[in-house]
Amino acid sequence: MKKIFSRPESLTNAPFSYCPGCGHGIAHRLVAESIDELGIRERTIGVAPVGCAVFAYNYFNLDMTEAPHGRPPAAATGIKRTNPDKIVFAYQGDGDIAAIGMSEIVHAANRGENITVIFINNANYGMTGGQMAPTTLLGQVTQTTPFGRDPKREGYPIKVCELLSSLEAPVYLERVAIYDPKQVLNAKRAIKKAFANQVENKGFSLVEIISNCPVDWGMTVMDSIKWVKDVFIKTFPLGIIKDKTR
Amino acid sequence: MPKIEIDEKTCKSCGLCIEACPKKCIAFSKEVNKLGLPWAEFVKPQDCIGCGFCYQMCPDVCIEVYK
Ligand SMILES: Cc1ncc(C[n+]2csc(CCOP(=O)(O)OP(=O)(O)O)c2C)c(N)n1
Ligand code: SF4
Ligand code: SF4
Repeated sequence: MKKIFSRPESLTNAPFSYCPGCGHGIAHRLVAESIDELGIRERTIGVAPVGCAVFAYNYFNLDMTEAPHGRPPAAATGIKRTNPDKIVFAYQGDGDIAAIGMSEIVHAANRGENITVIFINNANYGMTGGQMAPTTLLGQVTQTTPFGRDPKREGYPIKVCELLSSLEAPVYLERVAIYDPKQVLNAKRAIKKAFANQVENKGFSLVEIISNCPVDWGMTVMDSIKWVKDVFIKTFPLGIIKDKTR
Repeated sequence: MPKIEIDEKTCKSCGLCIEACPKKCIAFSKEVNKLGLPWAEFVKPQDCIGCGFCYQMCPDVCIEVYK
């Protein structure tokens, strides 16, 4: 009998600090598996965000650093340009990438930096207790939209992949989900491709992972999974938004 | 026969593996672990097909699958 699935080498043994059922854990594992399978663990450098994933440097068995809120794509740019032989990725939440860090991601993508960005969209600010994020759905109740997000007051959900797809330089933008095993395997394919693109010097790749934040959404884990499937992905349709590598 | 091993110490009792298992091989324990939570227990080893769906869904990477 062979061990067919176990903890990837690119994860440390530190237990995750995430809430029970939180999608960050699955996303971490998929990133780690992709790095293992591409054989790039010894030359990969990750940039952790501000947000619930702020301790990602404790969880990845890689060279890691941590950037100020929203700045991982800028930090990753510097690391990659000074170490072009390294594989560099930024790991970011939706508050990090689409609110305070909107400028950094747009310009890194527009410059076509040869980096990989893993973007966890959980429709709110998880770490600080569930405030509205730019990705919060219309009508969604958060700590700062107690009556639901109203487009007249808070604007519309920002679709980061679609927005970046208007730029010339990005080569690969895909939105995936992790609400069941089939979606998880599909997310793995996308993440691995986003890293492989960098290995092959193809340019800027970003994978948006539609995730769940059960505690801040005020839901059970199962209800949060159901909400992703029935509601969340209606606003954020899954699929390849742009692929210039094909 | 395929089998899984679940690390009861780090299991956060989210239930995603229980939901994902097509053969209903996993259930919550009657006891609680050091986190104060019932952990996911491999209760029907005879039915396991080694699909790894539980592994795919576990956010805390508590599960190993053998086949
Ligand atoms: C400059 C700065 N402004 C504000 C904060 C407070 N802060 C910490 S985490 C966070 C939001 C993180 O949300 P998101 O990026 O969606 O990640 P999640 O926690 O949901 O994974 C904010 C606003 C900060 N740490 N630094
Ligand atoms: S607050 Fe939300 S994003 Fe943060 S660890 Fe908990 S479930 Fe995950
Ligand atoms: S998915 Fe993992 S953390 Fe959740 S109940 Fe199963 S073994 Fe425990």
